[in-house]
Amino acid sequence: MGAVIENNTINGKPNQDVFSAALLELAEKDRNIVVVTSDSRGSGKLVAYGQKLPEQIVEIGIAEQNLVGVAAGLASAGKKTFAVSPACFLTARALEQIKNDVCYSDNPVRLIGISAGVSYGALGSTHHSLHDFAVLRAINNITIVAPADNFETTEAVKLAVKLDKPLYLRFGKKAMPLLTDDEHNGFEFGKGRVIKNGNDITIIATGETVYPALQGAEKLAQQGINATVVSMHTIKPLDAELILQLAKDTGAILTVEEHSVNGGLGEACASLLLQNNYNKPFKIMGIPDEYTVTGSQTEIFDHYGLSADGIAQAVLNLLQT
Amino acid sequence: MVMTDKQLAERSITYRKKILKYIVGAKAGHTGGSLSCIDILNVLYNEVLNVGPQNFTSPNRDRYIQSKGHCVEALYVVLADKGFFPESDLETLCKYKSHYIGHPTKKVHGVEQNTGALGHGLPIAAGTALAAKMDKKNYRVFTLLGDGELPEGSNWEAALTAAHYKLDNLCAIIDNNKLQITGTNAEVCNTDPIDAKFESFGWAVRHVDGNDVNALKEVLNTVPFEKGKPSLVIAHTIKGKGVSFMENSVKWHHGVPDKHQYETAIAELDMEMANV
Repeated sequence: MGAVIENNTINGKPNQDVFSAALLELAEKDRNIVVVTSDSRGSGKLVAYGQKLPEQIVEIGIAEQNLVGVAAGLASAGKKTFAVSPACFLTARALEQIKNDVCYSDNPVRLIGISAGVSYGALGSTHHSLHDFAVLRAINNITIVAPADNFETTEAVKLAVKLDKPLYLRFGKKAMPLLTDDEHNGFEFGKGRVIKNGNDITIIATGETVYPALQGAEKLAQQGINATVVSMHTIKPLDAELILQLAKDTGAILTVEEHSVNGGLGEACASLLLQNNYNKPFKIMGIPDEYTVTGSQTEIFDHYGLSADGIAQAVLNLLQT
Repeated sequence: MVMTDKQLAERSITYRKKILKYIVGAKAGHTGGSLSCIDILNVLYNEVLNVGPQNFTSPNRDRYIQSKGHCVEALYVVLADKGFFPESDLETLCKYKSHYIGHPTKKVHGVEQNTGALGHGLPIAAGTALAAKMDKKNYRVFTLLGDGELPEGSNWEAALTAAHYKLDNLCAIIDNNKLQITGTNAEVCNTDPIDAKFESFGWAVRHVDGNDVNALKEVLNTVPFEKGKPSLVIAHTIKGKGVSFMENSVKWHHGVPDKHQYETAIAELDMEMANV
């Protein structure tokens, strides 16, 4: 497989756009699919969906607890329900509804967290979701997915329809490149995708940090350091088999995520590795435990080193330990 | 089975005795609220709902969602009576590994949703009723709320949705016993007037004596009260109803009777049965 990174050209669309287009295509064929929104069809890129399928969209208004409760009721009656709302509100304000009405009651709602992470960068911490992996990881009976590129997003939507179990899918607003020209290596919830191979270190990234991780790996390759890069799109259930194999095969592990360093992908990997006697260099990159600097998503990524240069430097530092 | 009015009234007394029996056995339970709402459950399951063990998996069954999940003992004795499970299962109430825990879960046959956290029943019921409208099905959705859970904001969010989507296949019942764990509703957080609030949200509202099975039968069999509007029944009840020393007493919110109190309560209920 080969990485498609040509002069940092963005050759894709925002995952959010891809999600809504994929869902529209599926919903036109399956009239049992229903979208529930909290005045969020615009930011969820669902205006066209609403115009074409007005009988398959339920507007709740700005009331996220009710959004999830109503979605649970719809799902319990057999509707293939997608509850779409900004990730920051969906997974904080409606957390009790997610825990009880969706997960505990096992109502198969597909929770779609739009504009996730620091996509709403300049709008401040009210609009950031840097807690969602952590809180949802601690809740039983939910799959947590952060697709990296348009391919993963499209596949995730298709699988979401079939899964028929509680699911959280989160993505952002920024145009994302296609990470690999090999779409045939498949996409399956719970199975990480190896985007690039190398023996010196494994970089396990998720969502919109996979791209800068891959760029960082390309820079390292020029210096003779060969990194494996994994898109760990599924945070839960974690692909323990792949991680433990790469722990053996490579010399160190760096995790990268658009999430607090507390409780997310990195700590999930750390827990797995420590309990399997991992003793090589390991580091978690993410947003530190502070109210973030504000700016665009890219500026926030740069500030905290979640950039090609920052990730490459973190690898160099880690390999010197 | 069609019950006479007398049989229906007797059934409530039988249920009350069973609620007390299993709460005493478990040494735990929400006694006062279960006794206040049992007439409502009696009428729903014996006179109103099209649901039973035989059609519980049918997509066309009526749904009952108990938002005030803590009064699960009332639900359990009715479900057992309807044949969803053997009544002897309730001897395990709140015991280690029992499915019959202190709030409803779908592990118990006949329970629609896992509830217990308050303010959750109405949104789920609204979503379920909305699905019926979307699918052009005729089933109805009933949910029972405690008056003490009305300050939960999610109730009012769902009240808006139910009216917005004209969910006249949805009926919410408030077990309005006017007491909650700290004191009266009025002392804790005054929610009156409940009727005017819901009416202003677009609901059709009726009041009923929630411990009068005949009055309940009449009102619950006339939903929807208005075409195109969700229905609200404010059921005026007495917390601890049927046992003189438990009635209108906050301490019986989750008080468990001792042996003497239990025997006294059963004797009172037997006396009431003789006078039905």
